Amino acid sequence: MKAAVIRFPGSNCDQDCHYALQDVFGIETDYVWHKDTSIKGYDLVVLPGGFSYGDYLRCGAIARFSPIMKAVTDYAQNGGILIGICNGFQVLTESRLLPGALVRNRSLHFICEHRFLRVEATDNPFLNASTPGTVLNIPIAHGEGNYTADEATLAELTANRQILVRYCDADGCVSDASNPNGSLQNIAGICNATRNVFGLMPHPERACEERLGSEDGNIIFQSILNHLGVSAVA
Amino acid sequence: MKTPVSLPPDPEITPAVIAKHGITPDEYERIQKILGRKPNFTELGIFSVMWSEHCSYKNSKPELRKFPTTGEGVLVKAGEENAGVIDIGDGWAVAFKMESHNHPSAIEPFQGAATGVGGIIRDIFTMGARPVFNLNSLRFGSITGDAPNVKTNRRLFAGVVSGIAHYGNCIGLPTIGGEVYFDETYEGNPLVNVFCLGVLKHEQIARGAAKGIGNPVFYVGAETGRDGLAGAAFASRELTEESKQDRPAVQVGDPFKEKLLLEACLELLETDAVAGIQDMGAAGLTCSTCETASRGGTGVEIDLNKVPKREVGMTPYEVMLSESQERMLIIVEKGKEQIVKDIFEKWDLPHAEVGVVNDDGMMRVMAGDVMVAEIPARQLADEAPIYNREVQAKARPIAPIWLLSTYIPDALPRLLADPSIASKNWVYRQYDHMVRDGTMVLPGSDSAVFIIREANKILAATSDCNAIYCSLDPREGARIAIAEAARNLACSGAVPLAVTDNLNFGNPHKPENFWQLRESVEGLAEGCRAFDTPVTGGNVSLYNENPAGAIDPTPTVGMVGLIEDESHVTTSFFKKAGDAILLLGEIGDEMGGSHYLKVIHHRKEGVPPRVDFAKERLLHDTLRSLIRQGLVKSAHDCSEGGLGVALAESCMCGPKKFGAEINFGTTGLAPEVLLFNETQSRIVISVPSEQAAAVMVGAKTAGVPARLLGFVVDASPEAALTIAADGAEVRWEVAALHKTWYGAIAECMESAE
Repeated sequence: MKAAVIRFPGSNCDQDCHYALQDVFGIETDYVWHKDTSIKGYDLVVLPGGFSYGDYLRCGAIARFSPIMKAVTDYAQNGGILIGICNGFQVLTESRLLPGALVRNRSLHFICEHRFLRVEATDNPFLNASTPGTVLNIPIAHGEGNYTADEATLAELTANRQILVRYCDADGCVSDASNPNGSLQNIAGICNATRNVFGLMPHPERACEERLGSEDGNIIFQSILNHLGVSAVA
Repeated sequence: MKTPVSLPPDPEITPAVIAKHGITPDEYERIQKILGRKPNFTELGIFSVMWSEHCSYKNSKPELRKFPTTGEGVLVKAGEENAGVIDIGDGWAVAFKMESHNHPSAIEPFQGAATGVGGIIRDIFTMGARPVFNLNSLRFGSITGDAPNVKTNRRLFAGVVSGIAHYGNCIGLPTIGGEVYFDETYEGNPLVNVFCLGVLKHEQIARGAAKGIGNPVFYVGAETGRDGLAGAAFASRELTEESKQDRPAVQVGDPFKEKLLLEACLELLETDAVAGIQDMGAAGLTCSTCETASRGGTGVEIDLNKVPKREVGMTPYEVMLSESQERMLIIVEKGKEQIVKDIFEKWDLPHAEVGVVNDDGMMRVMAGDVMVAEIPARQLADEAPIYNREVQAKARPIAPIWLLSTYIPDALPRLLADPSIASKNWVYRQYDHMVRDGTMVLPGSDSAVFIIREANKILAATSDCNAIYCSLDPREGARIAIAEAARNLACSGAVPLAVTDNLNFGNPHKPENFWQLRESVEGLAEGCRAFDTPVTGGNVSLYNENPAGAIDPTPTVGMVGLIEDESHVTTSFFKKAGDAILLLGEIGDEMGGSHYLKVIHHRKEGVPPRVDFAKERLLHDTLRSLIRQGLVKSAHDCSEGGLGVALAESCMCGPKKFGAEINFGTTGLAPEVLLFNETQSRIVISVPSEQAAAVMVGAKTAGVPARLLGFVVDASPEAALTIAADGAEVRWEVAALHKTWYGAIAECMESAE
């Protein structure tokens, strides 16, 4: 099993993702430079958080044109496991690998804090180690994490159970009070229709050790391992 | 000998032009003596920035020499390089420094603060260190109420915070702690002191010296524009109504470019291509060329036609004095130019070979074939005039304070709602404080605690200064700043290593201001000696004045400590119902300069508390020993707002809101004195109840007063803090206190407009 962390200019959670994968989970992990054009040989590709190209245009809007994104798109379309975290999620929506868009937080402030997430669906490679309704404690850190989509898209996401995590309170209650950024229906993360591409605003790689305040992010990495283990046997 | 030419449209050098550059007639004489002729306009500009207080410390140098700067862990001393470097063991070291961006932030808060962060980060990676976290110390005028000046203060505060967030978040450095104070003294002249710490291996220390005759000089990073022209000179003047016209002297920051520059420079420093490296901060190209030449004992010649520029038609004067951000000067080992070019191409950054190291000691500036400036580098960099300013002591307040009694049940919530004491979550939620996966203690505890994974070391860092004390007694206030910083580190389980300081004062030409500076420096120096924490560098910011006069003297201290073992990491909040709450130290009775007097009675007066370093050190050593024995569940120092505030914060600043039942017994003190005095050397700890007796015996045996105050009560929505003393009892609902304390700043900021 081998993982790739894509490095865009301005990525700044690349080292944290590398740490979680390689040091916490023992997965052989490479950095892949955005000017490269191939990602052959990887079982997991991560688009990390950060401010790709400074996010001076819309977040992720320039990164989608990086040379590596052609290979990433092909990889995803061939069923490869792809996860975009924070800025990575923004790159995924800009690339149309995931529907909808991420706009300014309703407070207009950048927000960094621990948040509770309710697991909505576990029949996917990213949360199979959890059960629906489980509450995870995973930090957020973003200025533009307010998920939005048109009604048709939302209906489709709902019908296909593509909404994987929502912001909630400690008891798992999803309400406006537990919504940090104004996100549509408290959406924190979604997957694509074929369930191999996952984008989320919270940072699982920052919740991978008890000494950092939470280990709940490990559920996501463990689920990916479970999934890949199963497919390897098959 | 050729003489540098003046290119049109350079003006004639007249007494008015000289004065406008802030150069005195004596200094002009000195310049002519150094050059053996009259300077041209470009040279005059170069001298004016290099000999500004900001670059030369001409007013403060004799005072700064009083700091202890050596110690066994000091690898690079204060003043030698861009930042001091301290050993943390196992071949690893940290570089850290604090710097101010007060004046730019007063004029343009967002960019002023952002570029302050950018500058301090460059200082750290210039040393070869990978920056790992930031802190900041911010001070503004009052943000409560509706007066027009208050609205301005809120605008400055909001702008500074978002500027810091913009830069730090984008570059991917966690901002994990610091302090924010609000006081009328900072009206119109906010203080923005930013701190950065980086980590490196001993052998990675990079030097800012132009070594090796014939080595090429590279310019890398952002193109030079007209922004920030002569910012160092601007920072060395008082702010006035007209200062707004100086807005072009404020630079514009590009954190994305700096992120690329940081990665490219660190990648380059891993090769053997670099002979010397220096960031272009204050005084830009001027400072970096003459300082590298001076340190290397060499000369440097650069050609301005080769410098990447953002605008056309820039004069030599403008190019040399620009403070465009995100630029570095690199002295490259001859023959290894291609390595530099390849790395900077990879990161899509401008780079150009602009000059060469020579042996004649001159900083020579060419514009193609035309020489536009030629100045002996060492004299320019190191021989600025030094002034011993006149001092005059400010009369000390000696009258005893007549204490107005107050309704105690209201006083505690009022103190907790004061923005200087209230939770700073409105601020730190805007900073990414978790990136780099190392923040072990989130903002809001006594100090920030960060694990540096590459070195497997846990560091604690804090920034402290109570400027009210400093205004009433600058020496004692400075001593307390050091003591409090060390105490905050002790409360986190850390042993202090070293100090960086940021001296924020008024115009040094006013003898009373200079006396405050001198007293403060001597106070800091005494403190540093007492805690074995050498000063590794820092920054002096003078001319902090507004039309009402100088700011309260504010010698901000940044202190870094090492936590030997993960199990020693201690936080300030209670952990478990039933734990015993102890006070290490005296109950105290010193009310002078207290926040109680300021917040409740609107008086900044009295004799501030005294600190006894021997007592203080004993307290810290004892606490650390208890922590190492695994006995301490929480530790919180008593500072602004005294025991009352410390106990309330210990109940509510963690994830759970505990109650506490406190009984002081008979103290004979007025309740406001008991709860809100600010006597030093006091720490509130919680320990398992069955260990309380042993802990008290242990502390007393060590010579530290200890007393049982009470017990932690279950975290529930109804949890209360009850305090009984001298036959009376007061009860506060913790949920209500928390609401007041947690929301106070947001209420000022969000509901006011």
